[in-house]
Amino acid sequence: MSAAMPRATATAAAPRDPLLEEITGPTPGQMLRRRIFGHQGFLIGTITLLVLLAIALVAPLIAPHDPYAQDLMSRMERPVFMGGDWDHVLGTDHLGRDYLSRLIYGARVSLLIGGVAALISGLIGTAMGVAAGYFGGRVDMVVTFLINVRLAMPVTLVALAVVAVLGGSLEVVIGVLGLLLWDRFAVVMRASTLQVRGREYVAAARAIGCSTPRILLTEILPNILNALIVVVTLEMAHAILLEAALSFLGLGVQPPTPSWGLMVSEGKNMMLFEPWLVLIPGAVLFVLVLAINLMGDGLRDVTAPENRS
Amino acid sequence: MLRFILRRLGLAVLVALTVSFISFSLLFLSGDPAIAIAGEGANENDIAAIRKLYGFDRPMLLQYWDWLSSALRFDFGESYYFRLPVADLIADRLSVTMILGVCGISFALLLAVPLGVLAAIRPNSIIDRVALFLSVAGQAMPSFWFGLILIVVFSINLRWLPASGAESWRHFILPTIVLGYYAMPAIMRLTRAGMLEVLSADYVRTARAKGAPEGLVLFKHALRNAIIPVVSLAAVQMGFMLGGSIVVESIFALHGAGYLAWESIGRNDLPTVQALILVFSLFYIVFTFLADVLNAWLDPRMRSS
Repeated sequence: MSAAMPRATATAAAPRDPLLEEITGPTPGQMLRRRIFGHQGFLIGTITLLVLLAIALVAPLIAPHDPYAQDLMSRMERPVFMGGDWDHVLGTDHLGRDYLSRLIYGARVSLLIGGVAALISGLIGTAMGVAAGYFGGRVDMVVTFLINVRLAMPVTLVALAVVAVLGGSLEVVIGVLGLLLWDRFAVVMRASTLQVRGREYVAAARAIGCSTPRILLTEILPNILNALIVVVTLEMAHAILLEAALSFLGLGVQPPTPSWGLMVSEGKNMMLFEPWLVLIPGAVLFVLVLAINLMGDGLRDVTAPENRS
Repeated sequence: MLRFILRRLGLAVLVALTVSFISFSLLFLSGDPAIAIAGEGANENDIAAIRKLYGFDRPMLLQYWDWLSSALRFDFGESYYFRLPVADLIADRLSVTMILGVCGISFALLLAVPLGVLAAIRPNSIIDRVALFLSVAGQAMPSFWFGLILIVVFSINLRWLPASGAESWRHFILPTIVLGYYAMPAIMRLTRAGMLEVLSADYVRTARAKGAPEGLVLFKHALRNAIIPVVSLAAVQMGFMLGGSIVVESIFALHGAGYLAWESIGRNDLPTVQALILVFSLFYIVFTFLADVLNAWLDPRMRSS
């Protein structure tokens, strides 16, 4: 016992062998898990987003009332914490519709628009960025030029104008946002592809005669996926905020659809007497966007710890 | 340097031309603008007459050429709604938007740069956490909602500041805060990251080693270098802000160019909308051009790319 003790301390104090560390230390999966559960912002953001997503999915099951049902006899009833009753927990709007139910269904609108718009713009931007980064030369020049053109266009104004011309349906809003918000995807994917394309495994794939589409899909894309996912979250948040702003200005999703931006706009006229009509939907919107951003920022730290600032 | 400026200028002109074509063609999306102008209840003859009057029966490229050649002479046609030259309308309203933009970017810089510097000097301190919180909240804050909250608090409850109009400087305080706060997070993060990088650079360590006072090190050696990318980001944000002022102007009923855009979209006033999209884009293009030139002047390494 006494003879074994000094030997044990000697091994603990010896300089660590990196090779040994790699074999006996935590696996990459374990390290990733440790980083995920050690990152508060990421955890809070992800859990909040998952809860809101679940609420949106099961909206018909948990909404206490029909979000479209008007009841002119009980208009603008106050929320329960302001002296209202438990039948309408968060009160009713100017047409007597249950506020909580409209908020719950509004989560569907926001998440649907944010998700699909980010998907469309992600496809466009990734295709452009990867092509520019991989092929370089003329392709790169054209893509960089298109990014410049897109950045020069005032997003809110163009989106408003197009929605005004084509009409404010859900499809139009999603389409307009999807076609407008690809710039950051293209910028980031171009930079990431430039970093990756000179690596040995890309050269190796080329040397054994892989076709270009195969190199792009199996060598380049998996290695820029982390950056892509981060941009997806940021642009989803961006799209959700823009939809709310468009709907607030009256040129987004049209009534009676329960959109949070539209609810703020409808409550605005009664803001003097019933400020909660504006505060509640705006706060929910804020929480959703905050959750997505926290998750995105966290993902950047978790997947690329060397870039942590 | 001159070659860099000329090349960059050529790019700016090309971008401007492309944007002008897009903003012109956007409004033909519906197929026939004549129907939109004629409004509901117009019969076939009315629509045909309008089509002829405004020249919509000609090929689109020809119409674009006409529009562009007059636009180059600052003639954007006549507003369908006001029956006045669009250029005069915009010139009238632009000053309010410009004041708002300058105030907004100043507010953003005054808030973001000191916060970013302080956060970088003491990472993970209370100040760093406050700065991080403010920037994370700023990125998630819907600007229309933030504006309404400020109105509820400062105009309705406290009665300190007016909620709408543009008569005095006091009318610009709340809109400036809303617009500036929107641009703050990006500037703050870039200042902080730049300062962190510069503070660990060799020349800063040398300056400290030879005993230079900390204030001198921070401001002369560190901030001067860290601020270069912030300058160009501020220019980009300024361009975005002018375009984004449409929301802020509509909340505070500031009758600037953004408000005009919102009204004109609602009125199907195509010439005004087209001209405003072009004007806002031109601001962005000019600002980024100036920022790139300034950057190349401050940092010769930028000239080659």
